[in-house]
Amino acid sequence: MSKILIIAEHNGSELNPSTAKCVSCASDMSAEAIDIVVLADGAGAIATAAAAIESVSRVLTVDRADNAAPLAAVLAPQIAALAESYDCVLAPSTTFGKDILPRAAALLGVGQISDIMAVLGPRQFKRPIYAGNAIVTVDVPAGMKIVATVRVASYRAAADAASPAPIEAADVDAAIPTHTRFVELQSGSSDRPDLQTARRVVSGGRGVGSEANFEIIYSLADKLGAGVGASRAAVDAGFVPNDMQVGQTGKIIAPELYMAFGISGAIQHLTGIKDAGTIVAVNKDAEAPIFEIADIGLVGDLFQVIPELDKALGG
Amino acid sequence: MQKILVCLKRVVDYNVRIRVKPDGTGVVTDGVKMSINPFDEIALEEALRIRERGDASEVIALSIGTDDSQQQLRTGLAMGADRAILVQTDGEVEPLGAARAILKVIEKESPDLVILGKQAIDDDCNQTGQMLAALWDRPQATFASKLEFADGKVTATREVDAGLEVIEVDLPAVVTTDLRLNEPRYVKLPDIMKAKKKPLESIPVADLGAEIAPQLSSSAYEPPSGRSRGIMVNDAAELVSALRDKGLIE
Ligand SMILES: Cc1cc2nc3c(=O)[nH]c(=O)nc-3n(C[C@H](O)[C@H](O)[C@H](O)COP(=O)(O)OP(=O)(O)OC[C@H]3O[C@@H](n4cnc5c(N)ncnc54)[C@H](O)[C@@H]3O)c2cc1C
Ligand SMILES: Nc1ncnc2c1ncn2[C@@H]1O[C@H](COP(=O)(O)O)[C@@H](O)[C@H]1O
Repeated sequence: MSKILIIAEHNGSELNPSTAKCVSCASDMSAEAIDIVVLADGAGAIATAAAAIESVSRVLTVDRADNAAPLAAVLAPQIAALAESYDCVLAPSTTFGKDILPRAAALLGVGQISDIMAVLGPRQFKRPIYAGNAIVTVDVPAGMKIVATVRVASYRAAADAASPAPIEAADVDAAIPTHTRFVELQSGSSDRPDLQTARRVVSGGRGVGSEANFEIIYSLADKLGAGVGASRAAVDAGFVPNDMQVGQTGKIIAPELYMAFGISGAIQHLTGIKDAGTIVAVNKDAEAPIFEIADIGLVGDLFQVIPELDKALGG
Repeated sequence: MQKILVCLKRVVDYNVRIRVKPDGTGVVTDGVKMSINPFDEIALEEALRIRERGDASEVIALSIGTDDSQQQLRTGLAMGADRAILVQTDGEVEPLGAARAILKVIEKESPDLVILGKQAIDDDCNQTGQMLAALWDRPQATFASKLEFADGKVTATREVDAGLEVIEVDLPAVVTTDLRLNEPRYVKLPDIMKAKKKPLESIPVADLGAEIAPQLSSSAYEPPSGRSRGIMVNDAAELVSALRDKGLIE
């Protein structure tokens, strides 16, 4: 029987859905307690949201001005101090969790398991390696603290609790360094559904050709109420901002519907969409590798197909 | 800035199609093309550019691994590193072990900046730089796509899920690279010849006194449950009706 601590991800005002996905993973580990800690400057609403997740035993808050931005050097010593009374510490495998958790693991002197995709037993997990081309089973020896990130695309968000968990302020004794300072966040975000939680995603690749041409992708996405993604080639070429990249080094997503236009299907891109429900590919090259994994393929020019899709969708 | 230390990991080339051994004991690496981890090539390129514009005087390439890793260090020297260090070990190295070994080299060399890749494309761990920064008790700027140096500080632009985050850190610091930081140069033949004369020091890991034994164990490897080829449709109208049949759109 073990006690699990989950590090909440948030943007300063709202809880990120990745946190509820970590709770689902923790629920597979037959734990005696699942606590969530909110490290923030103004934890109130975030903690309330965390307390409303099913199976959560308790929400801890560490409210201090230092925690206004998610700086690893600032958060890791606090996480390491809190971890003393837990057998397992989890964070989402988003850029937030990837940045902070290894720093905390090293302070604790333990190795970390990255990207848990399945829990086989309380100390046995599956994780992808080689861009998802192999899956390895990792065992954590008895007595060793488990520190792990959770591959969020592998889990559904835990449901809402019938009654909220208690919220308590935690006392944390940790030295906070001053060598790291937050300057700003340049957000490429839009009003469209968030890529990592959208039920539908429409993506464009190098084949889209330009930033201006991407309008055709956006308009189709808006018609479907979909999030918008892109291949690395499209980001590198400056068609779209970096936060839209899907793949091994971008976002790993699992929408119900993924539609790829002008994307060849390189292995590093496919890693990011393996868990999608239905994959649709539109490419003018019948030999494009994306057709080998697409559930529905259409050989054609995207500039012709998308207007036709618009028409067939009506409205 | 005086010295920049760059970590180069020897990994299976990113173009190789990975196959799991039939007995599930690992992935096939015999006779497979090996290269510098792509993120580490970017790390080295960045270090070289910093030196070339006069902001640093020496670039040291470091690898932890078997003698075979000398090949990747030689490539690093051919790209332009001034000298190389191999921390020699025949055993498996996990990120925490690698970070501990790198820390020992830092204690000897006192670099002002250490650049690593954000992740090794074999284990995909994305941990070593962060762990090193913790053990060294120095700042970390992970997933960097832009670096600017002034007055003993680095302003780093980081690729995060929400967009681009800018942070400022004091030197010495640890930086990990994202793909868009730069495009690594190609190695030219004369440089390969020159690189043969550059110093490459090999230090057995035992001599460093770092505790690098793996803590976790990997019991089985398997191929991912694959997706298979689905249906082809002829036009947009057929596509829309196929999606409607599946209940994916209204
Ligand atoms: C370490 C590493 C990590 C990487 N990480 C990622 C990652 O996270 N995500 C990622 O996406 N990539 C990643 N890559 C890059 C990846 O290898 C590919 O280079 C990239 O995915 C290619 O993008 P693309 O399919 O848009 O471009 P291309 O491969 O150039 O394909 C363009 C496609 O568009 C089609 N096309 C052109 N015009 C039209 C048209 N009018 N109508 C229809 N189709 C058209 C072409 O037939 C072609 O198939 C990574 C690479 C490395 C080495
Ligand atoms: N054995 C090693 N030798 C040299 N560098 C390493 C080694 N292991 C990890 N690294 C560095 O750490 C980065 C991240 O690796 P990882 O944490 O394994 O994903 C790599 O891109 C390398 O820069």
